[in-house]
Amino acid sequence: MQEVTARPRTAPEPKPKRYKSSSELKKRLWRNKLLYVMLIPGVLYFIIFKYLPMYGLIISFQDYKPYQGITGSEWVGMKHFSRLFTEPDFLNILGNTLILFGMNILIYFPIPIILALMLNELRGTFFKRFFQTLVYVPHFMSWVIVVSISFVMVTMDGGIINELLAYFGFSKINFLLSPGWFRPMYIIQVIWREAGWGTIIYLASIAAIDPGLYEASRMDGAGRLRQVWHITLPAIRGVIITLFILKIGSVLDLGFEHVYLLLNSMNREVAEIIDTYVYTAGLRQGQFSYSTAIGFFKSIVGLIMVMTVNKVSKKIGEEGVY
Amino acid sequence: MVEDRTISGRIFSAVNFTLLAIIALVTVLPFVHVVAGSFTTSAELAANKFVLIPKVWSLEAYKFIFSTNTIFRALGVSIGVTLVGTVFSMFITALMAYGLSRRDLDGRRVFNFLVVFTMLFHGGMIPTFLVVKELGLIDSYSALILPSAISAFNMIILKNFFQNIPEGLEESAKIDGCNDFGILFKIVLPLSLPSIATISLFYAVTYWNTYMSAILYLDDSAKWPIQVLLRQIVVLASGMDHSATLDGTVPPPDQTIKMAVIVVATLPILMVYPFLQKHFAKGAMLGSMKG
Repeated sequence: MQEVTARPRTAPEPKPKRYKSSSELKKRLWRNKLLYVMLIPGVLYFIIFKYLPMYGLIISFQDYKPYQGITGSEWVGMKHFSRLFTEPDFLNILGNTLILFGMNILIYFPIPIILALMLNELRGTFFKRFFQTLVYVPHFMSWVIVVSISFVMVTMDGGIINELLAYFGFSKINFLLSPGWFRPMYIIQVIWREAGWGTIIYLASIAAIDPGLYEASRMDGAGRLRQVWHITLPAIRGVIITLFILKIGSVLDLGFEHVYLLLNSMNREVAEIIDTYVYTAGLRQGQFSYSTAIGFFKSIVGLIMVMTVNKVSKKIGEEGVY
Repeated sequence: MVEDRTISGRIFSAVNFTLLAIIALVTVLPFVHVVAGSFTTSAELAANKFVLIPKVWSLEAYKFIFSTNTIFRALGVSIGVTLVGTVFSMFITALMAYGLSRRDLDGRRVFNFLVVFTMLFHGGMIPTFLVVKELGLIDSYSALILPSAISAFNMIILKNFFQNIPEGLEESAKIDGCNDFGILFKIVLPLSLPSIATISLFYAVTYWNTYMSAILYLDDSAKWPIQVLLRQIVVLASGMDHSATLDGTVPPPDQTIKMAVIVVATLPILMVYPFLQKHFAKGAMLGSMKG
């Protein structure tokens, strides 16, 4: 291990060393003591804010009372979990979550791919960079800002969209309070904020394609669309599948903020999702154990999904995520 | 790529360019509309809806929102949390990333697994809330920073970047008598500026956009960051939940005022963006591709 080399450390990992004696290991540990010191803040962070909450999941098997704590609260077994599947409320929010997730997969997911292909076909680096810079920007705006911008645009009193509708002789629409408009507004906002940013990873893998392939296909008389279809798309197939797996894994995890901001008493029937329900039931109504059980359910489903899809993708010959 | 001069190639390029131009316009126009609207009078905006460049310029809305110190205070909180949070996060992320990037560290596989596992499975909102509460962080600014101090994703990107720095550099520094901290701060970090800039921007954006931690952990409205205030002014006043906070007797603020608050909440992060933008595309790719 002492040899001086310039080889980058991404070279294949050597097999874990067998130590002749524990004293050799001790020596190595001691030599790297400063590295372990460096790990302390990070490890503490992960223990306190990531692993302690996992321990806290056991309150979903209790009737948790804040003043009695985890050690003092009464155990109730699977009570909260069985409540999940009998409560019509929960089945409704599960349905809402799945519908929004489906829209994310079917409508949103292909858009960054198409956008990346379009950007890649752009001639002239100036425009390429200019368009890229523009479409990245919304990603840096918070959901509060995105939702706020759309609110001032669609509001009934003086929003530009409704004024345009009125101008062209249509009747105004109360986008914010009508349940029918919640899902379209949601997905449009997702596309507006994320589509440009989503192109980065595809553009990076397109950049790695051997230009010779295009050269050869042009010799064979392939037009631009054919090149996209037969060279670019197959080349980024692996990345597409990997990102798809990650997306599937987050099936019940749509993010709290965006939906919470759009949620109101008029569209609750279609807009309440698992994350917002956990917040309302848990922190607003104080049903700690029940809403922890919901969160637990969500996390387990996510874990199972990632592992399953990962396995499937390895079976069909693609690289998995891990 | 070689220029394609066939007719079909040119048509393809023209159509592609036009479509992208439309997409770019759709992306920026909403924001341009809001900025323009914030710089005119409410009477002008009510009479002439389609402003992209206001006919009558006015700072009316800005004068109004800065007439009380509510916005100033919220901006102060956001700026403070962003600065302190970014430096703190960057510091402990870099320390951990460097430690884990070193091959000779025993147990790095275990540590790596423990970090990656938190990306696949987590305790959720309520257990995390209870931890934050037990630590006595409720209603403190640290509640906006500590619970999200390290992003596992950012840490792994940085770690991968560090791993690509040739080992020889560090070995020779070691021979010259540098310890691990010296190597990190004098050699590794200066070589990693694009990555550092990228990850800093990611952290800064996250802190500037802090909303969820604020509504979870802050009860005291005097401590609200700008995002929460923005929601109060725009979302809750848009004829949504009348039951919430703003009571029905107070008329909702004018459009121009809402627009001005949106601009104020967006501008700081948009001002940082151009400076770091040239780094981040490169930095993010380097890290993520090697993932």
